[in-house]
Amino acid sequence: MRDFHRSAPAAVQMTVRDALNQAMDEELERDERVFLLGEEVAQYDGAYKVSRGLWKKYGDKRIIDTPISEINVLLQAGLRPICEFMTFNFSMQAIDQIINSAAKTYYMSAGLQSVPIVFRGPNGASAGVAAQHSQCFAAWYGHCPGLKVVSPWNSEDAKGLLKSAIRDENPVVVLENELLYGVPFEMSEEAQSKDFTIPIGKAKIERQGNSITLVAHSRYVGHCLDAAAVLAKEGIECEVINLRTIRPMDVESIETSVMKTNHLVTVEGGWPQFGIGAEICARIMEGPAFNYLDSPVTRVTGVDIPMPYAKILEDHSLPQVKDIIFSVKKTLNI
Amino acid sequence: MLAIISNVLRASAQRNGAAVITSARTYADFTTQATFEIKKCDVFKLDEGPATQVVLTRDEGLQYYRTMQTMRRMELKADQLYKQKIIRGFCHLYDGQEACAVGIEASINLSDHLITAYRAHGYTYTRGGTVKEIMAELTGRRGGIAKGKGGSMHMYCKHFYGGNGIVGAQVPLGAGVALACKYQGNNELCVCLYGDGAANQGQIFETYNMAALWKLPVIFICENNRYGMGTSVERAAASTDYFKRGEFIPGLRVDGMDVLCVREATRFAADHCRSGKGPILMELQTYRYHGHSMSDPGVSYRTREEIQEVRSKSDPISMLKDRMLSNNMASVEELKEIDVEVRKEIEDAAQFATTDPEPPLEELCNHIFCDMPSLEVRGTNPWAKLKSVS
Repeated sequence: MRDFHRSAPAAVQMTVRDALNQAMDEELERDERVFLLGEEVAQYDGAYKVSRGLWKKYGDKRIIDTPISEINVLLQAGLRPICEFMTFNFSMQAIDQIINSAAKTYYMSAGLQSVPIVFRGPNGASAGVAAQHSQCFAAWYGHCPGLKVVSPWNSEDAKGLLKSAIRDENPVVVLENELLYGVPFEMSEEAQSKDFTIPIGKAKIERQGNSITLVAHSRYVGHCLDAAAVLAKEGIECEVINLRTIRPMDVESIETSVMKTNHLVTVEGGWPQFGIGAEICARIMEGPAFNYLDSPVTRVTGVDIPMPYAKILEDHSLPQVKDIIFSVKKTLNI
Repeated sequence: MLAIISNVLRASAQRNGAAVITSARTYADFTTQATFEIKKCDVFKLDEGPATQVVLTRDEGLQYYRTMQTMRRMELKADQLYKQKIIRGFCHLYDGQEACAVGIEASINLSDHLITAYRAHGYTYTRGGTVKEIMAELTGRRGGIAKGKGGSMHMYCKHFYGGNGIVGAQVPLGAGVALACKYQGNNELCVCLYGDGAANQGQIFETYNMAALWKLPVIFICENNRYGMGTSVERAAASTDYFKRGEFIPGLRVDGMDVLCVREATRFAADHCRSGKGPILMELQTYRYHGHSMSDPGVSYRTREEIQEVRSKSDPISMLKDRMLSNNMASVEELKEIDVEVRKEIEDAAQFATTDPEPPLEELCNHIFCDMPSLEVRGTNPWAKLKSVS
């Protein structure tokens, strides 16, 4: 009888940090084999406070502080570890293990040995952390068969994708974003449920439009939506696609959109060469959407340089909303 | 006799002001050098260790005092500027550890080489950077030592290879520099620093092996300040005897709060390297007053009492000051004068660092490659064609 009186679903505001925290908390509770390890994740509550409160709740066995030894990403036979990298820049110390031990093992063993492990942490540029701490690894990890790679934007993405990653039988790289940790987003009632997951490998249309398709992942989804709001005032209606998953990429969603809008702009924080946008361009050309393009695909990317420290230089190293607006107009020949 | 001379000098100097009176006192009243008993080092795979009786001259003492005080004030000013958001990103302060940088530099030459991790402002200074250039780099201005492009963790100068952000990565690099020294037969050595947190990185053990195998002239120095970010040494290391972790490399454990201990140990280590015996490892027991970085208050994993105790009993600058005063090697006024001069230098540098303009946009793409004639660089979109020059 309560259904008759149901009004609009009760949405709440939740930061990305809290959404990730909730995802881990729920999965730790649900499955005893899940545990978290990384630098400062336990007693310090996490370098970026993503694991706040978990050590207090689950103790030493489930939440483990490690020394500074990224390479000790072990084959945890029968367990389901979540390995936190303080940033993905440090994952390069362990990248041999991620690729050669985690990604390829199921294949090399012809299905005998699965590796249900999650690698998570902040990826990409932050604010003023300079060259060695600002790299985007989406293209590097997205290159490798055997790895799943997700890149959440908002809180629902963060919670749903992390839960799916933890439940997945494969190694999954979860590329978070430090600048988004403190940003609150609306969480629908559905998303607040303990069983809320988002399927890996499926993109989401964040905004519908007919003039042009914008595809982005992580923080730049927000930039695209901001650009779309400005362009709408000039009668240009952008369709904004949130990739959510880098690998396996949902090319079909992009193709369907391009076949409607005839124009495509990709937006990413990473470098242009061999990047996400480059892959999207190649896939579009190989598929049915190519014949629907009225102009070449435009890639908006980070500038092809190591990240400088000075603020004015850093600001000019990454895509701004105005760069997206400019690129849309150039692509539409306006 | 001396009293008569000094009175005469004082009388004639009265017209010329306090500074002259002070220097008049120099010749008459101060001890020019004194011998001190310092803490014995623990040794590993060594028959003998550094000397425990050392001589400090007045000039050396004043120089170490000035340098340490400059480093201290510079870091405190950086703290201030960070809180005002004029410095951004990462900022790892060195206050408390001054005796390490100063003691090391006292026993090597500028023609030797040094590399360290990200807590590097002090070393940038001892290796020849100016306070002005360092502060302007922290604020990201064109007058910065890396033109504003590196920031806190990426400062370089001649024979100083940074400033490295990835924990432990500088250690293999340091051995490489030592290899170059040996290859070129120039009798130079490389001081290669890392922290207690980095000491558990595998790449360090690979480096130990190669350095020992090839007898490279490298002094490995572990600055053990008891905490790797928020993790105490007991929670991170199976063995906290960092000076023994080189296994087949001789080691010394040194009181890193005493500049004379550090100097003497470095002298011993440098002799070892230059005599062709290969690498040596020094563990400097030291302490940082600030948290790991400016975003770490530094009190969730250690007590305020502990910090206060180190400050009151083992502060490197106080220790040197007490030694000099109690042995009549300097006067209170003289040291105060140095403090005033240092404060002014820091203020001027901060003034420069906050008013110097940011780097010009033309600088954005420069220095990607070395020795390349003008190169085209892709901007954020295909129509943004930027230029790079070396």
